Amino acid sequence: MPVVLENLGKRFGDGAPVLDGVNASIGRGEFVALLGASGCGKSTLLNIIAGLEAPTSGALEVPSDGAAFMFQDAALFPWLTARENVELALKLRGVGKAERRTQAEALLDLVHLGGAGEKRPHELSGGMRQRVALARSLAQDRQLLLMDEPFAALDAITRDLLHDELERIWKETGRTIVFVTHNVREAVRLGQRVLLLSSRPGRVVEEWHVTEDHRTDAGLAGHLTGIITARLREEIRRHAK
Amino acid sequence: MPNSQTRLADAPAAAQKVHAALTRSSTSPADLRELEAGLDSLQSDAVRRARIDWSRILLPVAALAVLILAWQVYVWLGIKRRDLVPGPLDVIGQLGTLAGEGRLQEAVWTSLQRGVAGFLISVVIATPVGLLLAQVAPLRRAFGPLISGLQVLPSVAWVPAAIIWFGLSDATVYFVVLMGAIPSIINGLISGIDQIPPQYRRVGAVLGASRLQLALQIVLPAALPGYLSGLKQGWAFSWRSLMAAEIITVGGSMGFGLGSMLNQGRDLADMTIVLAAILLILGVGILVELLVFAPVEKRLLRRRGLLAGSTR
Repeated sequence: MPVVLENLGKRFGDGAPVLDGVNASIGRGEFVALLGASGCGKSTLLNIIAGLEAPTSGALEVPSDGAAFMFQDAALFPWLTARENVELALKLRGVGKAERRTQAEALLDLVHLGGAGEKRPHELSGGMRQRVALARSLAQDRQLLLMDEPFAALDAITRDLLHDELERIWKETGRTIVFVTHNVREAVRLGQRVLLLSSRPGRVVEEWHVTEDHRTDAGLAGHLTGIITARLREEIRRHAK
Repeated sequence: MPNSQTRLADAPAAAQKVHAALTRSSTSPADLRELEAGLDSLQSDAVRRARIDWSRILLPVAALAVLILAWQVYVWLGIKRRDLVPGPLDVIGQLGTLAGEGRLQEAVWTSLQRGVAGFLISVVIATPVGLLLAQVAPLRRAFGPLISGLQVLPSVAWVPAAIIWFGLSDATVYFVVLMGAIPSIINGLISGIDQIPPQYRRVGAVLGASRLQLALQIVLPAALPGYLSGLKQGWAFSWRSLMAAEIITVGGSMGFGLGSMLNQGRDLADMTIVLAAILLILGVGILVELLVFAPVEKRLLRRRGLLAGSTR
């Protein structure tokens, strides 16, 4: 099990807990979608798994070499070209100079950006930037890839294509992916398992397995999306009062 | 029956494509590559080729011509005595004389050498100090106010102390230049670093950068636009401090710089020399900006996509 979360809790200062008693385990090579309304601590949970923040209670088990991380905005460095951005990740990992270039080019090719390596971030579209960011997080060469709403800011056409792209890359590279989203369709589209996180405090309240049948049957996938949406809304309604 | 429906039924491949778009079963890799290439080209701007923009050259030249003409008209009106307000032609004549004697070249060369050397030493000292102050919070809190204060303190104030310590030598000039330039470069670098989007540091941490790597590979390049304007200001402070030092410090082993020329003009009560020196000091400043800083800055901003819509 690359990731095990036990009774994980997080509060900032004296405020109400953001996360409380989060239990989950994620298997090697699994694609898990972490779903929740805005402000449910999804990003905080991801930061904790990534080691960017420390939990205030509970225990967690993560791979010793850490995790690769992909943010909502591509966060590419504007002074570097697309290829150099990927190369920087390789460099900080300690890959030798000679090998960096070939590896970076191979990774850009993997995300279908073989011809755009010399372009600078501002010359790329949002979707292309996000693919460079994906290539960069793959360059980290960690088994675990954490993604924090990476496609939320993209237009629908681009997002659909990137879903296909991510699924293809997941299958090709065998990564373990934790994908945070607030989009139910996206969660069902991508995840093998969908974990629903409640809001304030965040806690895993329910989970669904997305089977091979959902993969081929649009009707079935729609049905599951409906069920999860209803449960999510119920969770949101609790906060109405 | 509509034609398209029958055609769909006849073509299983087309039906499969529709199916793939609706469910999780992916689009085929070749298909995906093609779709993405299409989208990429739709969403990328065509590259615009820059042409030489003559207004960049003609407008400043025209502005200069208007100012010189206004000066000449003022002289023609004869409101002030000619030896108090010489005309453009008198000053140009004086510049010619000075150039003929070789004093113009000597003064420009001496001052420029000192200014550049002082500036470069300041850069070498200020850059690590600025980086350290910006990255280490206790140091920043301890020394930040002092550095800001030093930037406000006119570096001319150091001239008397420098003369007492170093006598009438080049060391005096360099000391004053360093005291002027170093604080302003440090402050420029610090404010450049303060304006880095916090996301960059997070990315650096996620990518596994050590503290030193973070500073050199991410923070420094990210702060480059702010650093560059700090350098520009640092050069301006170097040049100003140098002139102040040269005007006040005369004799000893001091060479003949532009400030000395200015001072000599005052001693001789020759307004043409005074104005010629002022124009030379101004001219060197403009040339350094045009030939050194402007191209570097423009290149830097263009590469980061920060130039669009600016009036440069």
